[in-house]
Amino acid sequence: MKEAKQMVVSAIQNGTVIDHIPAKNLFKVIQILGLDHIENQITFGTNLESKKLGRKAIVKIADRFFEDDDINRIALVAPDAKLNIIRDYEVVEKRVVVVPDVIIGIAKCMNPKCITNFEHVTTRFRVVSKKNVALKCHYCEKITNQENLQII
Amino acid sequence: MKKRSLVSIDDFTTDEIIRILDMAEGFEKQPVRKLLEGKVIAILFFEPSTRTRLSFESAISRLGGKIVGFVDSSSSSVTKGETLHDTIKMVNSYADLIVMRHPFEGSARFASEIASVPVINAGDGANQHPTQTMLDLYSIRKTQGTLDNLNIFMVGDLKYGRTVHSLMMAMARWNATFNFISPEELRMPDEFKLYLDNAGLKYYEHLDFSDIISKADIIYMTRVQKERFSDPIEYEKVKNVYVLKNSMLGNTKPNMRILHPLPRVNEISTDVDSNPKAYYFEQALNGVFTRQAILCTLLGIN
Repeated sequence: MKEAKQMVVSAIQNGTVIDHIPAKNLFKVIQILGLDHIENQITFGTNLESKKLGRKAIVKIADRFFEDDDINRIALVAPDAKLNIIRDYEVVEKRVVVVPDVIIGIAKCMNPKCITNFEHVTTRFRVVSKKNVALKCHYCEKITNQENLQII
Repeated sequence: MKKRSLVSIDDFTTDEIIRILDMAEGFEKQPVRKLLEGKVIAILFFEPSTRTRLSFESAISRLGGKIVGFVDSSSSSVTKGETLHDTIKMVNSYADLIVMRHPFEGSARFASEIASVPVINAGDGANQHPTQTMLDLYSIRKTQGTLDNLNIFMVGDLKYGRTVHSLMMAMARWNATFNFISPEELRMPDEFKLYLDNAGLKYYEHLDFSDIISKADIIYMTRVQKERFSDPIEYEKVKNVYVLKNSMLGNTKPNMRILHPLPRVNEISTDVDSNPKAYYFEQALNGVFTRQAILCTLLGIN
């Protein structure tokens, strides 16, 4: 029997599609991009089958386009994410995310004695490894690695 | 002039470190100079540290500066719930420079970003204590005549000892060779060994003292504290292994000197004290000269 090739998440006319998000990090992506605070129409699907990721999520945001600096902020939780820029139902541009050199205000320092965990301080990290993400805290100078990474 | 703070020894270039050491030499020759006359220095100790505080106070007093501040946070507004941010904002308008010690790591960096006056980190938790590193460098250069190509032995708690980590990273600038002597549980952490690997420097790890100390230019001793061991039996087994005794110094090099950040408990026998190779008390005095040099440098006084 032939399977109907159809979109699980319906198409948008104009906007941005973020694909290949690890399913477990979908809500982190939403949070980092502040999608929970905007008025645009957003549709998403999660726990979709993916050969690469096992289970992936996809988000489609109507009438919203992102700067590279904004979108790279999700690299910590969705390093393989692919972006499709849609105009009039057509993909006009594809983009990938890149782990930035400096991470500001997204991640939590894993050191329980770090000042950022006691006072209102915007966290700041230098990315010391991009492959297995390792972040060096600008304040306490301790390393937070992928396994201990928490998004604020 | 752009405001400079000293939070981590890495904030200073090698040239700047050398300039401070040279300046400290001048203060050793002539420690009493009224260079800070009319200046107010805030000393904010959110946790007590008598030794470091006295050294700073001595340095400031000999330069004719005035001191305001508190010696532990129980006597300050911190007990009323004031944030570090607000304390620094307030003190900033009273003083020309802030010396602070705080139990939280990264607190000094944070304070240096809030303050418009220079901040000197006098210890932020287990993170940095750059004025200690500077006085260690001064002591090493003074006793060896150089900082280049030395063989540095570090003994005791190499896992938690912030002074050994900072000194190791600083000495890596001068092509040092390192020998680490510690119990298994307190070995030098991998991240620091990786640092040496990347710098292409040689290091060797040992579980006890042996004849190898005859190669040392500097033996840097630290306390092995009981509370660092998960198993108290382990502590009992090793507690006497890392004690330096006078009888062990027979074959050591004539230029070799023993350093210790103090306070000492039992890791250096008192019979070492009268050996000319014992340098830890002079080392403490050097702290006053280096702190004088650091204060003047950050305030733009030459």
